[in-house]
Amino acid sequence: MIAILALASAAPFLARAYSVEVLILFMINLILVCSYRIPTMTGDWSLSHVVMMGVGAYATALLSKWWDLSILLTVPLSAVVAALVGFILVTPLIRTRGFGFFIASFALGEFVRLCWVKFRDPFGGPRGMIGIPSGELGGIDFFEPVPYYFFVLVFAFASLLVMYRIDRSRIGRTFKAIYTDAELAESVGIDVPRYRALAFATGAFFAGIAGSLLAHRLGAVDPKNFDVTTMVYLIIWIVVGGTSTFWGPIFGLTVMSVVFEWSRPLLEWRPLLFGGILIFFLVFLPGGLESLFGKIRERFFARKPPAKGSPGSSAT
Amino acid sequence: MLIQTIANSVVAGSVYAIIAVGLAMAFGVMKMANFAHGEFFMAGAYVVYVFYALLGWPFPAAVLMAVPIVGAMGIATERLIFRPTRDNVMAGFMATAGLAFILQVLVGQTWGVGLMRSVPTPYMGAMDIFGAKIGWQRVLVLPSAVLMLSALWFFLYRVKAGKALRACAQDPEMARLQGIRINRMTMLAMAISGASAGLAGALMAPIHPVTPYMGHGVILTAFIIVVMGGMESIAGAVLAAFLLGIVHTFVTTLSDAVTAQMVGVACMALVLIVRPQGLLGRVKA
Repeated sequence: MIAILALASAAPFLARAYSVEVLILFMINLILVCSYRIPTMTGDWSLSHVVMMGVGAYATALLSKWWDLSILLTVPLSAVVAALVGFILVTPLIRTRGFGFFIASFALGEFVRLCWVKFRDPFGGPRGMIGIPSGELGGIDFFEPVPYYFFVLVFAFASLLVMYRIDRSRIGRTFKAIYTDAELAESVGIDVPRYRALAFATGAFFAGIAGSLLAHRLGAVDPKNFDVTTMVYLIIWIVVGGTSTFWGPIFGLTVMSVVFEWSRPLLEWRPLLFGGILIFFLVFLPGGLESLFGKIRERFFARKPPAKGSPGSSAT
Repeated sequence: MLIQTIANSVVAGSVYAIIAVGLAMAFGVMKMANFAHGEFFMAGAYVVYVFYALLGWPFPAAVLMAVPIVGAMGIATERLIFRPTRDNVMAGFMATAGLAFILQVLVGQTWGVGLMRSVPTPYMGAMDIFGAKIGWQRVLVLPSAVLMLSALWFFLYRVKAGKALRACAQDPEMARLQGIRINRMTMLAMAISGASAGLAGALMAPIHPVTPYMGHGVILTAFIIVVMGGMESIAGAVLAAFLLGIVHTFVTTLSDAVTAQMVGVACMALVLIVRPQGLLGRVKA
């Protein structure tokens, strides 16, 4: 853990300016992909998570342009706004489950996104908003990539730490219990709809942090950045990594970011590659890369399995 | 003005119905949720573009070509994506999102991304109904929809294979015990589903901007209709399609297209809250 943090702190001094930008985006995506895992823990795959990120970004744009708030205030406030919007959206969504939730969240997310397109005032209409200040803290201008990288690093580390604690806490185990068997969870006294709403709003909170950090970096928000295409990329990260452990999404994002950078020369053909990867993983490796570790461990490091475990007989 | 809007609503409803019926049908049989349905619509439009605008075939022939070509794409999707992911609805849905990416890139790289392809309207002029003017191309959509829906109805309720398809939608296990081959039925459902999306795209090609990304707008509308209608219910999909056609057209006329989409989504949210199983959906046993 400390080694990773040390490496992350040293990274901007080893890399070129362009790479620091890439690292900043990677850190923001890291918060996003981990926050997406929280609602999926209860079995609710949402298609509006990127829109929640957008809510954070738009909140930041409005807060910093209208009231000229400090970046230390805009980031947490945007997260709270995103959590509130998430809570409002999830109230009707709770009535659906599984695939219905997926589709309904798609539609409601699109509703929010269309609001940004429709209302030129205050959201700027189809072209979005520009001129969001990149923020400064104690005389350090965050327009420079390296200071902003550290700012993002602090937020990413704190967010990941909190999300890790949630994963391990009683609440996190409750989420997983709902996923495993919602009826059983209900029968032992868990208020399933409330916990599902809580999971969704918590995910939206951290997505809001990611959106806010993104808006400060780009200096602009555009409704097109938060459409379903972006959502599919988020799904690719999480499908490639897997969702059953905390590390799965992080691993998936890391691998796919490398693939993304490496495939830069392919340009327009890139969505084809990513679509192909998505199909490949869903068809051949539905557990994601993290399930590979389990399989490898099983094959090479496990003690002799019980005699009945002939190859191919039991699929786990 | 009012008659004009009503006439436009009916035309819009017919297009929505052709598209949504295919989606509802695939979902009814073994829960195949096709995110690339909008891209199938796009493929149908491009078939017309290639055969009619580039090769100079007569328009009806080009439309008829779209049906088997996109139907074959449906079969391929069933075989390569839905069959391996059959135990998980979401996996199939997400994988077809990947398919949507692939189709967009393939079409975009073959025929260009930038400007929309123009498909000239084969039928000039407009029809006059009580003072409402509707282009012949749009008028054509209505009989096509009626023809297609009645053919589908005949197939599902009068032909043996269609009855087997319904049986499979109701209870796959029982259907299999009766000697119905599930794999053949899912293939059939996806063929019909693809063919209907292709037909809709082909009919709309002259009046809809033909771009690789034209499926985006379609897929949201189609899913709103299917959710409102009750996911698996074909009759529900038709009903919801015409309702949404009316709502969209009226709101578009009174305000603008973005508001119309928003109202459509709000309608869906309302249905989900008041009646989660959809307008004509069955209550899950």
